Amino acid sequence: MLDITYTEPKAKTIAGARDDWELVIGMEVHAQVSSNAKLFSGASTLFGAEPNSNVSFVDAAMPGMLPVINEYCVEQAVRTGLGLQAEINLFSAFDRKNYFYPDLPQGYQISQLYHPIVGEGEVLVDMGQGTARLVRVERIHLEQDAGKSVHDMDPNMSFVDLNRTGVALMEIVSRPDIRSPEEAAAYVVKLRQILRYLGTCEGNMQNGNLRADVNVSVCRPGAYERYRESGDFGHLGTRCELKNMNSMRFIQQAIDYEARRQIAILEDGGSIDQETRLYDADKGETRSMRSKEEAHDYRYFPCPDLLPLTLEQDWVDRIKAGLPELPDAKKARFIADFGVTEYDASVLTADIANAAYFEDVAKGRDGKQAANWVINELFGRLNKDEKNIQDSPVSAAQLGKILDLISSGDISGKIAKDLFEIVYTEGGDPAEIVEARGMKQVTDLGAIEAAVDQIIIDNPEQVEKAKQNPKLAGWFVGQVMKATGGKANPKAVNQIVRQKLTF
Amino acid sequence: MGEMNKLTIAAARDAMRAGDMTSTELTEACIQAIEGADTLNAVVHPTFDRARAQAAAADSRLKAGDAPDLCGIPLGIKDLYCTRGVASQAASNILTGFKPEYESTITQGLWDQGAVMLGKLNMDEFAMGSSNETSIYGPVTSPWRRRDTDTRLTPGGSSGGSGAAVAADLCLAATGTDTGGSIRQPAAFTGIVGVKPTYGRCSRWGIIAFASSLDQAGPMTKDVRDAAILLKAMAGHDPKDSTSANLPVPDFEAALSGDIRGKKIGLPKEYRLEGMPGEIESLWAQGADMLRDAGAEIIDVSLPHTKYALPAYYVIAPAEASSNLARYDGVKYGLRAALDANEGITEMYEKTRAEGFGAEVQRRVMIGTYVLSAGFYDAYYNRARRVRALIKRDFETVFASGIDAILTPTTPSAAFGLGEMADQDPVKMYLNDVFTVTVNLAGLPGVSVPAGLDKDGLPLGLQLIGRPWEEADMLNSAYVLEQAVGFVSKPEKWW
Repeated sequence: MLDITYTEPKAKTIAGARDDWELVIGMEVHAQVSSNAKLFSGASTLFGAEPNSNVSFVDAAMPGMLPVINEYCVEQAVRTGLGLQAEINLFSAFDRKNYFYPDLPQGYQISQLYHPIVGEGEVLVDMGQGTARLVRVERIHLEQDAGKSVHDMDPNMSFVDLNRTGVALMEIVSRPDIRSPEEAAAYVVKLRQILRYLGTCEGNMQNGNLRADVNVSVCRPGAYERYRESGDFGHLGTRCELKNMNSMRFIQQAIDYEARRQIAILEDGGSIDQETRLYDADKGETRSMRSKEEAHDYRYFPCPDLLPLTLEQDWVDRIKAGLPELPDAKKARFIADFGVTEYDASVLTADIANAAYFEDVAKGRDGKQAANWVINELFGRLNKDEKNIQDSPVSAAQLGKILDLISSGDISGKIAKDLFEIVYTEGGDPAEIVEARGMKQVTDLGAIEAAVDQIIIDNPEQVEKAKQNPKLAGWFVGQVMKATGGKANPKAVNQIVRQKLTF
Repeated sequence: MGEMNKLTIAAARDAMRAGDMTSTELTEACIQAIEGADTLNAVVHPTFDRARAQAAAADSRLKAGDAPDLCGIPLGIKDLYCTRGVASQAASNILTGFKPEYESTITQGLWDQGAVMLGKLNMDEFAMGSSNETSIYGPVTSPWRRRDTDTRLTPGGSSGGSGAAVAADLCLAATGTDTGGSIRQPAAFTGIVGVKPTYGRCSRWGIIAFASSLDQAGPMTKDVRDAAILLKAMAGHDPKDSTSANLPVPDFEAALSGDIRGKKIGLPKEYRLEGMPGEIESLWAQGADMLRDAGAEIIDVSLPHTKYALPAYYVIAPAEASSNLARYDGVKYGLRAALDANEGITEMYEKTRAEGFGAEVQRRVMIGTYVLSAGFYDAYYNRARRVRALIKRDFETVFASGIDAILTPTTPSAAFGLGEMADQDPVKMYLNDVFTVTVNLAGLPGVSVPAGLDKDGLPLGLQLIGRPWEEADMLNSAYVLEQAVGFVSKPEKWW
């Protein structure tokens, strides 16, 4: 187990007209499983295909069709569970959640209500230097996604695209341990980071492969602690569920709005109705989608088409042995092994590809310097071009060579930046470029001395002034650098200038 | 050869292999029989062109030698099986016009083995019924009549078309499906053999689902040997059906040794129903005597939870059906009701399902929806599941005590008249399944064998229930019973 010390942030307090209120937030994150085929059919999961082109007879719920579990999706769910330090249930089972909707061809969604595949786990949500929130995960279950209804193509008709129907989702259910809108967004960010490290979900919110339902309630200070001590939800307020949030920004805005709405009702002597609400991003408010009374009766029952899922511990152990290093561990190692700051380590490990790039550069080199170059030069340049690390024109090996040229004294830091730009735009071997373009630092002391002498001879007045004001030595250094095209070793120039001016 | 359509599979197979008959001749004989049997209403979607083409192909294969048992054998297929390009509508209005683009695993296997499809057979709508009267195609009339009357009788259900077609020699054999007795009851009513295999023995892929945890496909044939042959051709593991068992399929025909000496046959006392006709009781006793005479030991056994089976079945089966039938919503295929202006998706669902489903299907969908609903789930569905587990345990206990098979009547009465039950409480119709549902709930194999005629000259069946996966042993006992009974009666042709 990783030993990370942190302090938990304070819950967000909102001052109502009369009292202070705290937020209590739980989340259900629907993460699309990275797999080529759907959960119970062989149809492709490729995003952006022609409508209704990735639909098998099973997905379309043709009569007599039967689901067959995609083992890879099971493996991905187990991998996710292991990545969240969760309990893996060797016995799990599928249930049918029944409701009518045109984009749900079977008339039921196959899910796991009674026996989920993954039990309790946890996510450590970074909230800044030395601060983090440990959010308990209650369960993860596998389920089918629904299709898409399209209402805006024709004034009189609706259309249905079944490409997404049957795609595997992991529903990751947290405990109500999130205490502010910022934490809610940070929780999703951290979860997405872990899923991407594991390769179990692409986590692309625009494509809808990561969506969240957010449960929000408010309580008086102290009530949450009483809940944690007793486990009694009675200490908490009535919650409302904000459905289908697909942006970090909206999640925060919606929670904030919803909390204030609830506080206003409570302070007005009212009570909160447990209901499902939708966030209207244009208006910046939540509105009721359906009340508890209108809630669907899903008539869950065990899916008779599927046998219970039984896993072998050996199989789970093999998946565990193959897990990649996870963000928290990587971050801790970067701090310990490369001497980078906690902040830099967070930036470098945010994305597994970035981390791998950094590690390639830093290996056997000065870690801090490598971090500076990767974060400031490389990421800065990539950001400008809206590129990600996979498309970086400068490979880790190339950047490593540039750093080597700096540490060997062949080029100055300033020249290195020029060199980086050349490699970035033109490509090529950094050492060869330095050689071919004469970018090598002049370390020949005789040549530097000659250059210094020439400047002194040419500028007798400046020499006099400098003797009065030693700070003017910098001017001579600058002139020498200019004369040598910036290639003179600045340290050597500085030293010689000071010698010649004799102070 | 005259009246080839009256042959058994085994006899036809042997004759074709010997070159005494071609599949084309045999198929034409069956087509002729079907064309003369419209009044029975057993064959609802004839596929004669396809049958002729398949027969011709079978003849070449037979000529080449090494043809499988079913090569050239004309069969009828229950409408519940999806057959590619051929109407497959579960006898329901809601699947009007539906022709699947796929072939069920079982029928595909049959065609691969050279069998010939004569057409799709009538049945109760979505296999819900015991009289074939819930079919959108109208009821099947049994080829059997009470002595000296012309009252139209039910062939039973839901595989009533299959029972009637085999009994009337419209085909050599037929496929059926059995969720609570839908193979065995019509087999008993029409004087043929019907087998419900162990749950998981036959693939359910491509068979329109009624109650998934209970549905099993099986053969309906003229005798036990044919049942053995056809069951072997239908059985086998199917990776497309997660509930299909990955077990080898024995040669059921080869297992018909006729020797059951030392076998222990149980008679469950709970199947002795109050008010059961004396004829049924004496038939059962005779059957036991015959098996005893053949060297089996007859032992009284107890299946104490039997009386709860029917209620449990009529909770579990409708619950699953209510979910399985949700897909028939007018959105994707089959019937879509005409809508008035301003009517939306809710009206489309309501009208489509109201027009598409018959009264019995609607009743079961409503029962199923009710028993699964919040607040009633534990009282009904969960309790029924627990009862089901107890019923299964009853059988396990009996088999663990050394019993090889259990002998019971198949039905509590002989066939009744069409329309006779129309005004009755639906539960009265459900009582038809009282001896058969336990077998589905426990997932066991069962077979109905014709065992005699009642006072009106109508066939009655006896049921043998086997240990799981031991259809071979069960069929051998059935074979011995069949030999001892010497049932040769056929319905007198009146149609």
